Amino acid sequence: MHRSSEVKHVASYLNTRGCECFGQPCESHCPVLTDRTIHVQLKTFIKIRVKPDRTGVVTDGVKHSMNPFCEIAVEEAIKLKEKKLVKEVVAVSCGPQQVQETIRTALAMGADRGIHVEVSGKDYETLGPLQVSKIFAALAKKEQADLIILGKQAIDDDCNQTGQMIAALLDWPQGTFASEMTLEADKMKVVREVDGGLETIKIKLPAVVTADLRLNTPRYATLPNIMKAKKKKIANVKPADLGVDVCSRLEVLKVDEPPQRQAGVKVETVDDLVGKLKEAGRV
Amino acid sequence: MIVNLPVPFGKISRRCVGALKAVQAEHVAPQVYSTRSSSSTLPRITTHYTVYPRNKDPRWEGLEMERFADEADVVIVGGGPAGLSAAIRLKQLANQHEKELRVCVVEKASQIGAHTLSGACLEPTALSELIPDWKERGAPLNTPVTEDKFSILTEKYRIPVPILPGLPMNNHGNYLVRLGHFVRWLGEQAEELGVELYPGYAAAEVLFHEDGSVKGIATNDVGIAKDGSPKDVFERGMELHAKVTLFGEGCHGHLAKQLYKQFNLRENCEPQTYAIGLKELWVIDEKKWHPGRAEHSVGWPLNRNTYGGSFLYHLNEGEPLVAVGFVVGLDYTNPYLSPFREFQRWKHHPSVMSTLEGGNRIAYGARALNEGGSQSIPKVTFPGGMLIGCSPGFMNVPKIKGTHTAMKSGMLAAESAFSKITDENLQSETAGLYIPEYEEAFKKSWIWKELYSVRNIRPSFHSYFGLYGGMVYTGIFYWILRGKEPWTLKHNGLDSAQLKPAKDCTPIEYPKPDGKISFDLLSSVALSGTNHEHDQPPHLTLKDDSVPVAQNLAIYDGPEQRFCPAGVYEYVPLETSDGMRLQINAQNCVHCKTCDIKDPSQNINWVVPEGSGGPAYNGM
Repeated sequence: MHRSSEVKHVASYLNTRGCECFGQPCESHCPVLTDRTIHVQLKTFIKIRVKPDRTGVVTDGVKHSMNPFCEIAVEEAIKLKEKKLVKEVVAVSCGPQQVQETIRTALAMGADRGIHVEVSGKDYETLGPLQVSKIFAALAKKEQADLIILGKQAIDDDCNQTGQMIAALLDWPQGTFASEMTLEADKMKVVREVDGGLETIKIKLPAVVTADLRLNTPRYATLPNIMKAKKKKIANVKPADLGVDVCSRLEVLKVDEPPQRQAGVKVETVDDLVGKLKEAGRV
Repeated sequence: MIVNLPVPFGKISRRCVGALKAVQAEHVAPQVYSTRSSSSTLPRITTHYTVYPRNKDPRWEGLEMERFADEADVVIVGGGPAGLSAAIRLKQLANQHEKELRVCVVEKASQIGAHTLSGACLEPTALSELIPDWKERGAPLNTPVTEDKFSILTEKYRIPVPILPGLPMNNHGNYLVRLGHFVRWLGEQAEELGVELYPGYAAAEVLFHEDGSVKGIATNDVGIAKDGSPKDVFERGMELHAKVTLFGEGCHGHLAKQLYKQFNLRENCEPQTYAIGLKELWVIDEKKWHPGRAEHSVGWPLNRNTYGGSFLYHLNEGEPLVAVGFVVGLDYTNPYLSPFREFQRWKHHPSVMSTLEGGNRIAYGARALNEGGSQSIPKVTFPGGMLIGCSPGFMNVPKIKGTHTAMKSGMLAAESAFSKITDENLQSETAGLYIPEYEEAFKKSWIWKELYSVRNIRPSFHSYFGLYGGMVYTGIFYWILRGKEPWTLKHNGLDSAQLKPAKDCTPIEYPKPDGKISFDLLSSVALSGTNHEHDQPPHLTLKDDSVPVAQNLAIYDGPEQRFCPAGVYEYVPLETSDGMRLQINAQNCVHCKTCDIKDPSQNINWVVPEGSGGPAYNGM
């Protein structure tokens, strides 16, 4: 019942195509880029208000910051780079001017360059997983990436769809809800958190991985790194340049606050309980 | 008691994040080390390195403590009206004189304006001097004051008091603003001019040259666990060196507190006296909304010897919004007084309820403010640095306005700093520049004239006649003589020394909140959006962990449980034996500074938590 007014970032891509290193981790001779998807989302501890016209929530003046799962995704990409398993990490975000701040945070954490896909105004308000995954798929082809890492879901809309849709559009394998990822030759071993426990899969690159909570603990973006990040490049791109139509197929009819929780009623005996349940039409 | 925030959506992922944080917290034992300064039965409360230095702590042995350092021309601590006005003025002068100047502003809030809270009724004098075309540039001054109402309240009635022109409460020409939005706009103007703004980074330490002058500041370290040990993600803050550092931390800044001692800046002035201001934003019934109306009241529910009063401003910002708030002087004597509950109680007055009934509360916050006026202004300049804004304290108390004077002080500091920095023939005695010109400029400016003329109004409340004595004094001496009387009344001394022992006072019976007009503390704190990284040392540090129970609770019945507007301090029974202990819920803190001011034992030292923590005010 809330509207997502998130901005999705797509990080850069791994490029191990044509790599001949069988059974060995890709070294720096293979230009390898890691992808991160970063969501900008409404900060969790702010009291969210429904707009008076009921078309969405109030976002003006509310601090937007990187989605926690995407922070974990960025951290994983940078860890891969530090292990020299990937060559370049590109952080991508879709949205209005403000998302540049979030891209800068990713750059401060260690990403090499950023791509800002400009989506603003009405388009931004209706931007959802389908359009973002189309943008990412187009960028992946353009940048010739080999790995796309995203947060498993945005904490403002909880869609949990973008990663999966990207994989489908590109026809790439996907390792979702990753709590561990290890690069083994040209395959990525992903330990997934599933309802029944942990599932380990091996997927061939290029692939899409979505990060879950226990994958890592993201580092802080320290001030010296924020200052250095100002010198790193952020390229501007429009969805039209990528051949993507951001028109939404969904129309929000109404947004409402959750119903107020009613007080409970204490009963003395089981008969009372049954009586009350009958009264409420539950039995 | 961590505030349990209602979450209409994203429940699962929030629980996920919450669960991980709980798991991470499990390994942190709250009572790890045998206490040094507290008795062995009491659990350790304070773990901050300002109380327990890290160079003596075995857990920090061998850790790289070197900091990355960078140079700027001017570093400004605090991105509020004073700091941003100073930054803007510096860049304006630099552009005018075609000089290169690197100006960096560090601000502890996650975004500019997020820690700003004020009524507010803005006098646009300083703004018009700083940015004459503010209207064209879209400054959010949307509500000119059209009506001033002042009243004395009794429990059931309202006695209107005429506001004659010339009285300080006359607001003709002023604007009702959401100061947080105004500060955000100032931040945008500053960035356009090339100021480097760094929100989310708190200045945690003042750095000194060998000769004792100020060298700059260091930002907070990150990644220290609740028990004071380093986490895997530990990183040192960075050092920002400057030719001169401007400190604009707002009322009762924690670095300013150190500087007062270091440079003996308060030797010739009275101690500062404060008040706490609590504020809420309400969306009300359109029929009751009168945009441009500024209402103030004194009297009920406070007794005549407790300074304080209320404000209710009707804002014109699209929806029928009112800013409503209550101020209580922190020189109150009854330890059973709770400023928060006085505020909630006041809203039930018939004249106030008639406005708020049927409305919806959308925001809450609190902040301490200065009441000392000209008698309490310290020396504002010292080698390497200057104090600006509400930090030294330029609030005009009877006008209840401090933003215009804060901005002007920032501008004056900028102007004097600029001429010194760009003076090529300058022979400075100290490595950090000493700029006495700032103090001279401010003494000659309209700030001083204004503050001097109202200097006797606040102290006139200290007589037996309290509120009525003060009003009579204002009516006679201010309105007729405009403060030209030859005497200067004194304040009462430190606010923290004013509390009477609990046994000599009567507890106050506060009504229960009804959930429609008045509310409980925790739901209010939730509305402030405050949060802090939970796994860090509590930033409300105690010099001595045993003092709260031994003195504050024993003599004053624990006044911190009542004066904290965020429920940070709680006295809870000990688990294993009889007696109580103080629990500090540092995550709830809204950075108001009241505890540091009012603690009768002066044992609480507020230090800055990790940057980005604190309230998330939106246009407060």
